[in-house]
Amino acid sequence: MNQEADNQNIMKSLRKFVDKIKPHFSKGGKLAKLHSTFEAFESFLFVPNRVTTKGAHIRDALDMKRAMSVVVAAAVPALLFGMWNTGYQYNLSIGMEATIWENFVIGFLKVLPIIVVSYVVGLGIEFAVAQIRGHEVNEGFLVSGFLIPLVVPVDVPLWMVAVATAFSVIIGKEVFGGTGMNILNPALTARAFLFFAYPAWMSGDTVWIHGLKSGEGIIDGFSGATPLANAAAGLFENLPSTWEMVLGTIPGSVGETSVIAILIGAVILVATGIGSWKIMFSMTAGGLVMGLLFNAFAVNSFMEIPAWHHLIMGGFAFGAVFMATDPVTAAQTEHGKWIYGFLAGFLAVLIRVINPAYPEGVMLAILLMNVFAPLIDHYVVEANIRKRVRRAKN
Amino acid sequence: MPKVIRIKKGLDIKLKGKPERIIIQAEPSEFYAVKPPDFPGLSPLPKLSVIIGSEVKTGSPLFYDKNKPDILFTSPVSGKVVAVNRGERRRILEVVIESDNKNEAVTFQKGDPKTMNREEIVNNLLKSGVWPFIRQRPFHIIADPNDDPRAIFISGFDSAPLAPDLDFLLNGEEASFQTGIDVLSQLTAGKIHIGVNAVFPTAKVFSKTDGVELHKFRGPHPTGNVGVQINHIDPVKKGEKVWTVNAQDVIVIGKLFEKGVFNPTRLVALTGSEVKNPRYYRTKLGASVKPLLKDNVKEGNNRYISGNVLTGSKISKEGYIGFYDSQVTVIPEGDSYEFLGWALPGLKKFSGSRTFFSFLLPNKKYTLHTNLQGGRRAFVLTGQYEKVLPMDIYPLQLLKAILVEDIDLMENLGIYEVAEEDFALCEYVCTSKTEVQSILRNGFELMLKELG
Repeated sequence: MNQEADNQNIMKSLRKFVDKIKPHFSKGGKLAKLHSTFEAFESFLFVPNRVTTKGAHIRDALDMKRAMSVVVAAAVPALLFGMWNTGYQYNLSIGMEATIWENFVIGFLKVLPIIVVSYVVGLGIEFAVAQIRGHEVNEGFLVSGFLIPLVVPVDVPLWMVAVATAFSVIIGKEVFGGTGMNILNPALTARAFLFFAYPAWMSGDTVWIHGLKSGEGIIDGFSGATPLANAAAGLFENLPSTWEMVLGTIPGSVGETSVIAILIGAVILVATGIGSWKIMFSMTAGGLVMGLLFNAFAVNSFMEIPAWHHLIMGGFAFGAVFMATDPVTAAQTEHGKWIYGFLAGFLAVLIRVINPAYPEGVMLAILLMNVFAPLIDHYVVEANIRKRVRRAKN
Repeated sequence: MPKVIRIKKGLDIKLKGKPERIIIQAEPSEFYAVKPPDFPGLSPLPKLSVIIGSEVKTGSPLFYDKNKPDILFTSPVSGKVVAVNRGERRRILEVVIESDNKNEAVTFQKGDPKTMNREEIVNNLLKSGVWPFIRQRPFHIIADPNDDPRAIFISGFDSAPLAPDLDFLLNGEEASFQTGIDVLSQLTAGKIHIGVNAVFPTAKVFSKTDGVELHKFRGPHPTGNVGVQINHIDPVKKGEKVWTVNAQDVIVIGKLFEKGVFNPTRLVALTGSEVKNPRYYRTKLGASVKPLLKDNVKEGNNRYISGNVLTGSKISKEGYIGFYDSQVTVIPEGDSYEFLGWALPGLKKFSGSRTFFSFLLPNKKYTLHTNLQGGRRAFVLTGQYEKVLPMDIYPLQLLKAILVEDIDLMENLGIYEVAEEDFALCEYVCTSKTEVQSILRNGFELMLKELG
């Protein structure tokens, strides 16, 4: 009881403090230029006291902050597992035995700086742009900034993360008008930028595991190749077991390896209704169909691997759950979502198997479908229009 | 009986303050008002037929739109015009009449509508000020007396939050309802459709009425909206018009022909969490809500609404009941800050999504306030509107067409079929806090201007 009263008091004095400094940031105040920044922090601490003036008098409790935090919460299991796996893979590479906690700490120290850089660079730009435009700061980057560290290899240099994040926020998003207006998924744009700008760094077998690039103390014969790289190279004897791929104890981007952790996120997204189950489902279906087609007409051993293996390799699961479902860049009509998801999955496996230069097709497939999403929506809406026109004629 | 049309999309917002089925005779109000903003499409500066100090009777004209001078708006009470309240740019907000408690009324033509011709009927409706109860789709504005509507639609139930039970409101008025229907059937060559709630046995007032076609509906709000029902029965096509009338207002139409007077008496449900005893009151259209609220509202900063929480209009605690409303709602204002409100588990918050743990308590009733619950944002989430709009319409695309003022696209996406009330839930659930209803009205106004 006492503690509750204490909390109330702390909250009240915090509110008092905010009210006291508020005039400085309002119009005419000496810090009026920082209004957007102040507003962002204030509304983070307190849901504003603004009431409805027209239209519906009551509004749903769900706002953008809540929606975005649900997505971040859904990605947390993948992040935590990714941190542990980073340490685990490192210790594996140098032949050391380590406890769960030791592994986690190594990964934590390695991944945390990437998260910090991604958020500082991205939010810095978002705040600056909101300031210039006189808008409120949009919460969209809270998700993008969280996803970027999950889709990069752990040994990516921090300056590259910074450059890629800046590129994706400015060119990928702000030039189109900011969150809600962008065509390409910002996190994937950052990933694609890294791949195409620094191909030497971003490919090969050594970037996926911490320390492998510098090569110190690595035990003989240890390969950091991802399952996809092995499959593309035809080294099927090197593929990890199904169980390892589902669990995620394999090399890969920080957050993409564990199908189980990603599925926990999928359950959260679908249960809350924030993520589209239609896209997740149809993308999985699309991947399976393409895999089965390859199985039916297989001419090499990559085409022969069981279709469902594609779903647990590389970034497929992560892409389907967290990337393809981005509501801004996905198809916006409900029928369109089925088509969009299916094609994304279909193309992901196609690119993965057919293109030997770059085995990870999920990123490219989703970005490509981002571009086509408005076209899909156009035809879906067009069908509705045609129906209406036909009705008017009768 | 006809087959039941099941509607799955929509959302029932469960609020505290449902009216008890008790009718109280309200103390007569001192003041009454007719409010031009109740009539979208009406010029904001209607021509006044009275000046301050004019003596009026029930049914005396107060004002009219100079573009449609035949449609008169008349006084619901006898007395003296005491004020013409204006808003920005001198637009008229309220014409206020002080009641003299004499109930003198202008007399209009009386008679069996079946023996009268269309012209006589239309004239009687126009002169008495009853015509504005008849509205049209497209655009949800007062019907044009020169049109020949394809059909007339009436919703037999109101599914909005805390809405009055229409079966209860109409109980005992079967005869007047039948007369009203007889009047309406003289106005259209088409059918008169009534949508009734399939959950309950159909009330006598609907099942025993001749000359109507009944349709049974079952589903969450906005199933009771006439627009949704039209969309499922026979959607509005480009170039045609259908008319709609509220079921309560059919009685006013009926009484005009039975008694020869404009009878503004109506039952109003006083609802909402801040009302001590939510009940039904017998009062008059346009009456001040002051006597209803006396000693019956909880302390605190409250929002008074004529209508329901989704589509009603904000009034003061001495404000007036709207022309089309049979409900007054009182809820708390939400003008306080909430510490980390977006991050709390939210057992006391209601959401159409499942992002608050309150979704685990499906039968809980809520006290909701008027806070906007977040900042305004660009459209981000998708599929939200579609979940609460049971019509064959792409809501987001239609709104965007209105925002870019693309007339052809608006037309193609079905702007003729919708009204603000059909989109009210879209506005409620919108994560980006978009003003959906006013965007829609802007679209209607743009269309009306373009179409001339």
